[in-house]
Amino acid sequence: MPIPHRRFDALILGAGGAGLNAALRLASADLRVAVVSKVFPTRSHTVAAQGGVNAALANVLPDNWHWHMFDTVKGSDYLGDQDAIEYMCREAIPTVYELEHAGVPFSRLDNGKIYQRAFGGQSQDFGGDQAARTCAAADRTGHAILHTLYQQNVRARSHFFDEYFGIDLIRDDEGVVIGALVLDIESGEPLVIESKATLIATGGYGQVFRTTTNAFINTGDGMAMALRAGVPLQDMEFYQFHPTGVAGKGMLITEGARGEGGFLVNGDGERFMERYAPRALDLASRDVVARSMVTEIREGRGAGPNKDHVLLKLDHLGAEVVHQRLPGITDICRVFLGIDPAKDAIPVFPTAHYAMGGIPTDPHARVVAPARHGPEEVVPGLYAAGECACVSVHGANRLGGNSLLDILVFGRAAGTDILRFVAENPNHRTMRDEHIEPALARMQRWERKGEGESVHAAKADLRKLMEDHCGVFRERETMAEGVDKLKALRDRIDGVRLQDHSKTFNTARIEALELDNLMDVGMATLMSALHREESRGAHSRVDFPQRDDEQWMKHSLYSREDDRMDFKPVRTKPLTVESFPPKARVY
Amino acid sequence: MSATDIEQDPQRLRWQCRRGMLELDLLLNGFLDAGYSDLSKQGRGDFVRLLAYQDQIIYDWLMGQSIPADAALRDLVGLIRAAMKR
Ligand SMILES: Cc1cc2nc3c(=O)[nH]c(=O)nc-3n(C[C@H](O)[C@H](O)[C@H](O)COP(=O)(O)OP(=O)(O)OC[C@H]3O[C@@H](n4cnc5c(N)ncnc54)[C@H](O)[C@@H]3O)c2cc1C
Repeated sequence: MPIPHRRFDALILGAGGAGLNAALRLASADLRVAVVSKVFPTRSHTVAAQGGVNAALANVLPDNWHWHMFDTVKGSDYLGDQDAIEYMCREAIPTVYELEHAGVPFSRLDNGKIYQRAFGGQSQDFGGDQAARTCAAADRTGHAILHTLYQQNVRARSHFFDEYFGIDLIRDDEGVVIGALVLDIESGEPLVIESKATLIATGGYGQVFRTTTNAFINTGDGMAMALRAGVPLQDMEFYQFHPTGVAGKGMLITEGARGEGGFLVNGDGERFMERYAPRALDLASRDVVARSMVTEIREGRGAGPNKDHVLLKLDHLGAEVVHQRLPGITDICRVFLGIDPAKDAIPVFPTAHYAMGGIPTDPHARVVAPARHGPEEVVPGLYAAGECACVSVHGANRLGGNSLLDILVFGRAAGTDILRFVAENPNHRTMRDEHIEPALARMQRWERKGEGESVHAAKADLRKLMEDHCGVFRERETMAEGVDKLKALRDRIDGVRLQDHSKTFNTARIEALELDNLMDVGMATLMSALHREESRGAHSRVDFPQRDDEQWMKHSLYSREDDRMDFKPVRTKPLTVESFPPKARVY
Repeated sequence: MSATDIEQDPQRLRWQCRRGMLELDLLLNGFLDAGYSDLSKQGRGDFVRLLAYQDQIIYDWLMGQSIPADAALRDLVGLIRAAMKR
């Protein structure tokens, strides 16, 4: 049976903040826009962002975008591209006002202006006093933004394909991206969406690690689609971990717990941070705390029957402090562990939180890849924005409140550039069956019948492997061993079979397709981490503890073909201001 | 697709338990594995009804930050929380 085709001016894969902001720009300009999302749009991961979004509005303390830019460059450990960072920090201000006008209920000051909180990494006057830059809608900023954007898109008549799963991009002979193959999860039927321009906005991939704060849907689908279309992924070694996630579950226990006086102990009840950071103790930097925890476990001093976590103790603080100052932690412990943190220690393990790397783009959100004429040639018709993209504003480390900003600013930038692109390329290009063939083959691979290993088992192995070999403890030997194991697992995946071949709502099939994606982004992460022989931002190597600007102030690029690594320079020249040269990182 | 059809289709229900927050994924999927099958027809209908609410609202209920006005949903929230601890 021939596969049905639908035609749109623009195709947006993903309905989180990035996808919806792009779609809104396009639909408001009367383009025909298709938005594809594997879950109902307002169930996208953006809904989980509680903290807020950064913009130098100067409503509480003096501020300006140039200071915000300085903090972001410094936070990125000088790996961020300074043109993109300047653009983002300037655009932050109109972006937040635009959201305000659209109806996002930001918390307010008595004078009616938007209230702004102080967060770590925010400074006045290029590294001076604390700044207050984060705008929030109570503790539900992501939810408020997502709902507002969704409602506006419905009004602007974006066409939603809810519960459709993007399989792969479709490229023609000249390499132009001309649409995507998607699967209607409900009917199990494939559909080809032809488009003049396609935006990948599929979010992060925390699910590649066993312990993560990310929802089940964050499986790196769009990143893997880019890889399979021949686009490399950039800076995948940079993944942000939080030291204290609930062990075996992943959700965050905020740093506030240690700020209030909580401390970590190993399985022997020893306050081990005394050995690793005698002065800062439990308030040492995130990577030091996380690596110390994992070292304790690796050396056999973990807690619990499997000695696979350490404990966070709050019981000495008294019930009043714990319950009143840390209500969120109290709720999490009660619901997920059935314990009272004022009485019992909390089992914790470092948890994977945010991907700095992703699909390489320029500041117009156009996907760029190495080609004949240089390392950054535009892939025609293809855009990426949000956590799946690497523009790169976060470089080696992201500041809190900058990722909601990233998704909004570059989602919108994508929309603006797609308008131009579609005006210049008003006709659909010819799509032939052979263009669709590779995407179809990937889907049909999972129709193979017979006995075989289960998707669940393979996925659990992958996540454990990534945690053990590419988590917070990174050194050559461990990672090289990880690469070998991962290659073996990749071969094993070929033998994995689905037992259920039914069509309608076959979630096992979706999970199998997600597993393919996790494998690809896992390999990208591990290979990139193995190759970068320095410590920078979130990538910290035991065997190369220093940042090495001479050799490593460059972006990594992993290609799926032969698992190849390439590198390209950091763009250190901003748009209008002087560039910020690298300085030693002291906080 | 009516609520009754959804109740009887575990796969479809499983996908409706895929949410934007990890906490909800764990609680809702956990309940689907250990608890849902013990529900009466009425209870299953309530679960389908619960899933139609926004993530943030379900989150507030399940984390105990607010309480559903509807008595049936209130009971269900208690069951989902209890299933997590088992
Ligand atoms: C617990 C938590 C708290 C956070 N708090 C903050 C904060 O306070 N401030 C901040 O700035 N950042 C925060 N972040 C980070 C921020 O929330 C995310 O980086 C951001 O929301 C990502 O948005 P996005 O639009 O790129 O993708 P998402 O919101 O993840 O959306 C991805 C979309 O792609 C769709 N999709 C994915 N794969 C497919 C496929 N194969 N087919 C079809 N559709 C697909 C999904 O259905 C979804 O619609 C937080 C993250 C977490 C985990």
